[in-house]
Order: sequence, then C-alpha cells, then structure tokens
Amino acid sequence: MPSLLSFTPRGIYCEQADVFIDPWKGVDRAIITHAHSDHARGGSKHYLAHPITKQLMHARIGKDLSIDTLWPGQVGTINGVKFSLHPAGHIPGSMQVRVEHKGEVWVASGDHKRHADGISEPFEPVKCHTYITECTFGLPIYKWKEPTVIFNEIDAWWRKNAADGVCSVISAYSLGKAQRLMTGVDTSIGPILVHGAVANMNTVLQECGLNLPAWEQITPATPKERFRNALVITPGSAIGTPWTTKMKPYSSAMASGWMQLRGWRRRGNLDSGFVLSDHADWDALLLAVKETGAERIIATHGYTDLFSQYLRSMGYNATAESTEFGGEDGVEKAKEDNVQFSMVNPRSSTPTPEDHPNGTKTL
Amino acid sequence: MKRAAQLFDELDATTGTNAKVDALSRYFSEAKDQDKLWVIALLSGRRPKRPVTSTQLRKWATEISGIPDWLFEASYHVVGDFAETVTHVATLKEPIVKSLTEWVTYVEELKACNEEEKALRVKNAWSGLAEMELFVFNKIITGGFRIGVSQKIMVKGLSKATGVEEDVLAHRLMGDWDPHTTTFAQLVLEENTSDNDSRPYPFYLAYGIEGPEGTAAGAVLADVQALGEPAEWQAEHKWDGIRGQVIVRNGKQYVWSRGEELVTDKYPEFEALRTALPHGTVIDGEILAWKEGVPLPFAEMQKRIGRKTVGKKILADVPVLLMAYDLLEHEGKDIRQLPMSERRMLLEGVVKQAAHPNLVLSEVLQFDTWEELFAHREAARTGAVEGIMLKRKTSTYEVGRRRGDWWKWKVDPLSIDAVLTFSMQGHGRRADLYTDHTFGLWQNDELVTFAKAYSGLTDEEMKQVDAFVKKNTLERFGPVRKVTPQLVFEIAFEGISTSSRHKSGVAVRFPRIARWRHDKKIEEANSLDDLKALIK
Repeated sequence: MPSLLSFTPRGIYCEQADVFIDPWKGVDRAIITHAHSDHARGGSKHYLAHPITKQLMHARIGKDLSIDTLWPGQVGTINGVKFSLHPAGHIPGSMQVRVEHKGEVWVASGDHKRHADGISEPFEPVKCHTYITECTFGLPIYKWKEPTVIFNEIDAWWRKNAADGVCSVISAYSLGKAQRLMTGVDTSIGPILVHGAVANMNTVLQECGLNLPAWEQITPATPKERFRNALVITPGSAIGTPWTTKMKPYSSAMASGWMQLRGWRRRGNLDSGFVLSDHADWDALLLAVKETGAERIIATHGYTDLFSQYLRSMGYNATAESTEFGGEDGVEKAKEDNVQFSMVNPRSSTPTPEDHPNGTKTL
Repeated sequence: MKRAAQLFDELDATTGTNAKVDALSRYFSEAKDQDKLWVIALLSGRRPKRPVTSTQLRKWATEISGIPDWLFEASYHVVGDFAETVTHVATLKEPIVKSLTEWVTYVEELKACNEEEKALRVKNAWSGLAEMELFVFNKIITGGFRIGVSQKIMVKGLSKATGVEEDVLAHRLMGDWDPHTTTFAQLVLEENTSDNDSRPYPFYLAYGIEGPEGTAAGAVLADVQALGEPAEWQAEHKWDGIRGQVIVRNGKQYVWSRGEELVTDKYPEFEALRTALPHGTVIDGEILAWKEGVPLPFAEMQKRIGRKTVGKKILADVPVLLMAYDLLEHEGKDIRQLPMSERRMLLEGVVKQAAHPNLVLSEVLQFDTWEELFAHREAARTGAVEGIMLKRKTSTYEVGRRRGDWWKWKVDPLSIDAVLTFSMQGHGRRADLYTDHTFGLWQNDELVTFAKAYSGLTDEEMKQVDAFVKKNTLERFGPVRKVTPQLVFEIAFEGISTSSRHKSGVAVRFPRIARWRHDKKIEEANSLDDLKALIK
C-alpha cells in the first residue's frame, strides 16, 4: 500500500485523495498551510486553506485563485481521506494539516511556533502516527527568550532613538512579523509607519478581523518630521535604498530568530538585532514532536539532517526530506517587496464560516 | 564584568567607527583602572596564557549542554565561534559577580589546577555567566577578540577619554608590557616611557595605489603618474618577508614583527647587531630568507615562522637577513619626524658603520620618469619581490596605515581558472555561510586540489555560491561539503613554488578569488600543468 503522504518533485502528496500540501509547482488541488510565499504558490487549479489564508493569497498571488476554505477543526473528506486544519501559531491563518485515512494519521506542521504572539491562533499539538515537521531552527543553539523580554529590548531601542530624534527602522517580514511587532511594542513612544508591502498585509488582516494599533503607510507625501520618533516597519531589502533616505538620521534593526547569531547580525550591517522568531526553537520543536506521540518523524526544511539524526539518537524513526520551503524567518525574498507597486484590492467581505465550525464538509 | 560586557555589546552592535570610538571612550572614562588595562590588553591581543586545550573546552561544553558531541560540533560550525557556541548551549544557574580583572585572575589560576579541578571551575563559570559576559569569559581563555576594533579605533577611544594624543598612545601601547606589572596610569598616562628598552615604534604601513574605480589591484601607469613629479619620490623594492624592527638599546637587542610579536629568539642572525649597532638605534626593515646571495621563496620562510625553537638545521637551511628600509631612532632620539630623505641618509650611515652581512640596505631604485619605474616593476616579479614601494622624500614616519605619502605598487598577480570542488562554512560575519572554498585544476580527468580561497567575492556573489553549495552537495565530511564541479573561478595569487607538502606539488601564496567566470564551463578550466608552467 502506498504511503498516505509522499514526497514528490512537486510537493508533499496524498495519492489517495490526489491532493498536495504546499506544492511548489502547479497541481490540480493543493492544501495550503499558510500564506508565506514559500508555502503558498500560484499556478494550481484549486486550493483549500484557512479563510484568512484565502484572503491573504488573493492579495498576494491573485484575485482569481479558486480557493475553498476550512475552519480549524472542521473536517473535509476527499475520496475517503479526512483533512482538517489545526492552528500552528506561526502567523495569522497558519495551520497544521491533519490527514487521516483508514485509521492512519499524518500531520504536516507547515511552519509553527509556541509563543503566543497576539495575532495568531495558538499552536495546538495534534496526535498522529507520522509527523512532518519544519526545523528551521532545529539546533540547540536556538533557544528563544520570552517575547516580553524581547519587546522590552525593542521598546528601549525605539524609546532611546525617539528621545534622540532618530528614526527607528526595523526590518520584518511584511506578513506576520510586521503585525506581531505592531501589536507587541509600546505604541505610546511614537507613531508606527509602514512600507507599502506591510500596509497591504495590514489591510487584508484587518478586514479579516485582526485588531491592529494605528498605523500609516509611508508615501512620498509623508513629512520628514513625522519620522523623528517613529517606528518604521519594512521588508529588509528597502533599508539603505533611496526609500529610507528621508528617514535619516535613523537606526536600523531586524527582528528575526537569525539574530541569535553574531555572524548574522554582523552580516546584516544593521545597528541592532532582536531575536524574535515566528518559528519554534530547539526545545519547542522537540516538545512538539513529543506531544504528537508520533513514531515516525520527517524533517522537511531547516537543519533537517542534524535534527533527524538527533531524533534518531533519541529513539525515533526519523528521516529528512528535501523540500523547497525556505523558512526564512523575517528574511523576506526581494520580489515580495514589490507588492507596493501592484496594489491589490483585497476582498471586502470578512470571511465567515461557510458551514458550522467543527462540522463536516465534502470537497 | 557587567561594564566590560556592556562595552563589548556596544562595540558588537555597531559597524560605525565613531560609535565604536564613543563606546570605548565612555568605557575608559567610567571603568576601574585595572579593568581598563585588561580591556586594552585583550583588544590588542594580549591574554593570559591558555590554561586549557580546545579539546578540553569542547569536551566540557558538550557535557554541560546535554547534547551529543556530534551535535555540539555541528552547532559550533554553524555558529562559527567556540566562545559564542557555549553562550547558546549553556544554562545560567547562579549568577556570579566578578570584575573583568577578577575573571582574568580566575582564568590564570586554572593553570595550576589538575584536569578535574579545571573542568569544575570552567563549568562553574559557564553556569554563572550568560550572554556577553559568558562570551567575554570564553574569549579570555581562547583569545581572538575579533569584534571589529582595530588598534587604531582603540587608540582613538583611549585618546578621547584621556586627552593624550593618538600617536603618543599608539607608541605607549606597543611592546611587551604586561598588565600584571604595569598600571593604567603608568602605561597610558606617564610621559617617561624610556624605561622600556624593548618598546618598538608603531609601524607605518602603505596602501596600494588605487587603480580605476578605486580598486587596489588594477593600478596602471596612469594612476602612478597621478602622484606627480618622479623626483619627489623614493622608490624601493617591496620585499615579501616579515616586516620587522630591530632595536638596540643599553646593550640589549630586540626583534619585533609587525604583528607586535617579540621574535628576538627566532632570529639569532641579528644577535650580533647588539654590538655592531650603537645604543639607541631602531631600524625598520624586512626579515628575508636569503642564501648564497639570493632570496629564498616565502614558503621557505614559512618553515621558520612556524617553529617555536630554531634548530641548527633550519638556521643552515633558511638563514635570514634584515633588508633595512628606514631608521626610526638614531643615537637614542626618536627621528620619525625627520623627512624620509634625511632618515635615509642616516640609515645609510648606520648600516655602513655596522658592516654586518645580516644587515643590508634596501636599494633605492633610480628612475627619472614613471615609465622607467614601470620597467623596474615589470622586472620585479622574481625572487621575493612583491612590487615597488614609493615614499615621498619629504614624508615623516607615520603611525599605522595612511594614504598620501607612502604607496605600494604591487606587480600584477598571477592567475588561473579553477573549479570549485569543496566548501566549508566561514567564521565571524560569514558564519553559517559556505564561503571557504577549495579549488581544483585538471590532471587527466580529475580535479586536483591546488588552493583554498575565501576572499574576493561580493556579498551578493557570496550568497549565490552559498546557495549553490547547499543545493549541490555530493558528500559531507563534517563541516566540509563536496560539491558538484560546475562553477569556475579565476584564482589570483602572488607567488608560486614547488612543494612536497601539497598534493598538487605546487604551493601558491595568498590565493584569492579574482572573479567568477560565469562564461566558462568546467572543461575550460586550467590544468595543473598550466599552473606548473608559471613556476620560473
């Protein structure tokens, strides 16, 4: 009997249902864990995703995508295979995918994290036989502090800059990290100004019901004085370009798990680095593995070889599979920065459960 | 150690020179004198004798981290720095509060402990410190404080805090002073420093003449012509050896290398200068391996550099002499402010008077036009000459690397097209990036390794090659990856000689990546025979 899920050149595949999970090439039917570009790609005929992911994909990839939705806990059945989504805590709408057929259960984690971030549904461990996990930060050198500690550091940096009349420019992924920063910082320090790419995501997420503090998009008309005590949130590739010229003097920073390493911090040529990640750290990855109760673990992106080798040494049946997921925590690909130039019109309707939550749906 | 850790955090967080100078200046104004002295010592590469081996450190780090040793090793290669790796895997239990000086003492006291006691004490420190404090503690043991603070930046910060002029400070901080026996006041603030007979002067270093678009490598005749009148310049060969200073004071003789290392014992050839030169003489020159009237390849010199003690055989095989460039102290007086032409005259007199075969005057090249000098340079690519040195005849002897009065004009490097075969993760700002590459040349149908190189690519190219390595790994050997032969690079190097120690049979000096040959397929890369043909 073929494996319930297998790794193919197009992505993670369920043959029984003819469905792919986060495929990196166009397929007939794809289930999407979350809307980051290495997981949600265009070119497929039909998609299935969380309602928030659906809206984000329309905004990021195209209005015309055919996307069906599933709420967490709701079960969709395709050719006898039961699919359900379970919060992954990575970004708004991010879900783990549970796949069940004839009593066998697989879970694909997508990207996930433990720490509550104020914007995503918190991670929920799901029991399974086989667990496909990310391991972007799957080495024991990656251990996160409590987010409140990091936000205190960010606030202190912003506060000092604001007092000196220096603009605070922070690099963050426009989807997820940017909104997490906005909700986490002390907004009494100054205004939050954002890059167009961040503004687009803010708009979509607010339409999905997310509460965000006041923000304004930076335009050529934004007066220079406005930057003096401001926190500017932008994809990293805009820093140091003519776009940031009028913010001078400014202090640059980045919020990412990669900032844990001095090498990364120094390479970024930034003034500060804050270790704030939307991925699980070493301990959280191991805890997630344990809580699934799975006997078999498949590591997909990150330090897959080392992480799976460690799991084997702990007695798990663990292997590594190569995928095309990036796991670039906060290090956004350059092409995404151009979102501002192709301003999208996110759907105005707020997603509502098409069927009752926890109900069943035939797809 | 909190204050010192804060300083290192501040230095680490910025790439700006001014911000670094300010951070240092604040530290030197606020901290305790003894701690300041140790910060100066650590930043200038002085640290307690290493009391434990790296093998021991790694063993203990693995033990406290609770992870298998292979995983600690792998983590270390990702982080690219042992001291930092420990900060990520250690767990803070009971914070220990000590000053920087107390921690240095703690490390020094390890020396007398047995292995068990050493392990206990190091592990104890690791559980009592966190983050930058832990990092600094580890660096006290291992050395290598590379946080982007040059001697120059440190001196600037110190000067700002104390009001003592930079050049004066640079000189005071030279030599073999010892934080145990001196004080901050004695070292930095006291004017009378002549009690230290061994103290060398800071070296004056030249920049390469800039070529078009500010590139140091591609300087052409026109760039040299831009220097003005040939008559204003003194030209010499730029020798490829060890830059050094020979000091004779009060009947004692000292030899310093440019790396501020006291190497008197390594070069007994200069012992006789103790009597041949008068008291109060300091000569700046190049220590060169030289035998039977001709220079030896630098590879020979390297054999001597590596030795802790120099035996009879090596002395006979690789004898050295000092090629004298400049005179810094004459009859006990610091003459660095005299113009080059006057110093040269005095130097000629001193060398002549010494009349010692191991002290040779660097020849002044005669030229009336830049074209003539160009011809000198073309002829220079033999023996141990790297190119031409140009010194303005009116120039004073400056501190450190300066533009304007001294220039080096290197001969164009040799180069060859080679194939990327192996790659390893880098360190520091290249941590977790595959940037240390190995290159091969064709021999029959095989690629034979001939050089390792890691500099020369832009940051963007570095990222691209890193991505290539990760996607095209054939085999892994610990931190090293064997990659699909596919990328061709032009590798430039300064010198070439036969070598029995290298598999290729050839050793090249200072190999670096000149450019990425996107236009070449691996079949078009050069062969080992092509490389050997470059040996003259």
